[in-house]
Amino acid sequence: MSEVLTGIGVCAGIAAGPLLRIAAAPALPDPVPVTDAAAEYARAEAALAEVVAELGRRADRTADDTVAEVLRAEALMADDEELRDGVRELVEAGHDALHAIDGAFATFREAFAAAGGYLAERVADLDDLRDRAVAVLLGLPMPGVPAPGHPYVLAARDLAPADTADLDPEQVIGLVTEVGGPTSHTAILARALGLPAVVACPGVLAVPDGTIVLLDGSSGQLRTGVSEAEATAAAKEAAQESAAASTSSGPGQTSDGYGVKLLANVGSVRNVPAADEAHAEGIGLFRTELLFLDRSQEPSRDEQVAAYRDVFTAMTGRRVVIRTLDAGADKPLPFLNQDGEPNPALGVRGLRVARQRPEVLTTQLAAIAEARSQTGADVWVMAPMVSTLAEATDFAAAVHDAGLPKAGVMIEVPAAALRAADLLKVVDFLSIGTNDLSQYTFAADRMCGGLADLLDPWQPALLQLIGVCGEAGRAAGKPVGVCGEAASDPLLAPVLVGLGVTSLSMSPRAIGPVRAALAVRTEADCRRLAALAVAAPDAASARKLAL
Amino acid sequence: MPTRTVTVGSSSGLHARPAKIFVEAAAKAPVKVTIRSGDRKPVPAKSMLSVLALGARQGTEVILEAEGEGADEALDSLAELLAKDLDADV
Repeated sequence: MSEVLTGIGVCAGIAAGPLLRIAAAPALPDPVPVTDAAAEYARAEAALAEVVAELGRRADRTADDTVAEVLRAEALMADDEELRDGVRELVEAGHDALHAIDGAFATFREAFAAAGGYLAERVADLDDLRDRAVAVLLGLPMPGVPAPGHPYVLAARDLAPADTADLDPEQVIGLVTEVGGPTSHTAILARALGLPAVVACPGVLAVPDGTIVLLDGSSGQLRTGVSEAEATAAAKEAAQESAAASTSSGPGQTSDGYGVKLLANVGSVRNVPAADEAHAEGIGLFRTELLFLDRSQEPSRDEQVAAYRDVFTAMTGRRVVIRTLDAGADKPLPFLNQDGEPNPALGVRGLRVARQRPEVLTTQLAAIAEARSQTGADVWVMAPMVSTLAEATDFAAAVHDAGLPKAGVMIEVPAAALRAADLLKVVDFLSIGTNDLSQYTFAADRMCGGLADLLDPWQPALLQLIGVCGEAGRAAGKPVGVCGEAASDPLLAPVLVGLGVTSLSMSPRAIGPVRAALAVRTEADCRRLAALAVAAPDAASARKLAL
Repeated sequence: MPTRTVTVGSSSGLHARPAKIFVEAAAKAPVKVTIRSGDRKPVPAKSMLSVLALGARQGTEVILEAEGEGADEALDSLAELLAKDLDADV
């Protein structure tokens, strides 16, 4: 009864173990008459208490302080006297425990929704708490990621950041989703945690919970009906392989000594230890959005200086490529008031925000310059979402005016890739964001799971555009990096190098395997592979060339 | 009844972290403290959901009330907490 399901592998590696699904929110059954109101209220109260206890246990378990605080705040919302009073009143009025809980939450839900803004966004938290209490009363698992206390492969339709905030990598050994694509949250999370993962895998939700499966994040295959012995053997082999990759160290280079800088993507100083562990040669993408998220106002210059300085200090003597605020589209920021764009991915985002709010950029550049002057890191600054030479020229001028030596632009828009040679006349380096470059080249929304094949980084048209940038870099003698998810694919790394890419920036976990993949190829091999991949008729054929 | 009128000092309003800090402090008070905004009905200060539902922003005026032994001291310390910018204190 072994069966093979095929999806798209987004993070290499083998995982073997029982498959468990993320539990869905339970449906509310029809109301039932209540005979003993006191007993019914006691049931409701116990269910709420269990929700509070479970959130507390999750908060205790997570190593991430921010996540723990969010979970404790949620617990506080469920442990509420007014909520219990509301439930009691509804039970006394003849409602069963389930409907009383639903009704009591609904009162607050209305107040939150009516208040708008921040509170309206908390409506989802209330719904989550209600669903949890309802699940307890129905004897179902609480919605969300299971925590059975043993290793398992997590299956879901798709995963949202909220589902995975406190995902326990001791228990979750692999991810498989029915939809999603190579740049979906699942893929990004898998690479950050180094978990084998397969997305866009139809039929996975029909596999019964508890079935032993073998997940291959390279081939994108999921085998069901595997014996315990097979699973154990596969898991052991995978552990040995990953141990070998993670012990690699030293600067990235091909077997004939052609250097390729291997850098880490970070969001804050918290990610720096992982980058060091992986022997990253520096930071290739320091995302600054984290500081701005959830803010009603722009963070002050001093606050920015402190956050940047933390990372720069940790990277003394090494390169840090810092990206100016990349707001908009999937990362809207309240203080920019970007509501109402008909098509945010094509709207005012990235550097375009400076058209309306130039002071946000000026302040940020001043903060970066100040943080740099206090530390010894080799700081490079780049702008996201640049399309034209004029934008690149203005940005480079602003960077230099702030007293910063190195200005670069990200290549995410095909127009910018086509004009890479022109852009390199005014900037010092390019960094290719393959996720957005895919999305804009193929006119395929990154969030649209049904179009995952178009977003495959092996698409020859995407590789061709990367090649245009690489050639321009070689001609100008200036660095061209890749900081998108494509940089973390060990199979693709030699192809990117062959296309002229001089640095690869990725989740720290991916650095070891990429270093190992480059070390077994000569530079000439890389160039040959690159030419073949660009000439391939489709993504699957291009990938086969590298296997 | 002892009463304090306070202007919310936290830059993000009485939400998220500031609300949590306030509610936890109110729960520890020896007396029952209520909070209201404008002429709306007073709600228990130790109820996170009720405090959030006030929708109080920075600059919103709220009224704290309590009765019984220790009421004045409890109100003073809670009022002081509300007036501070609890967001800045990260």
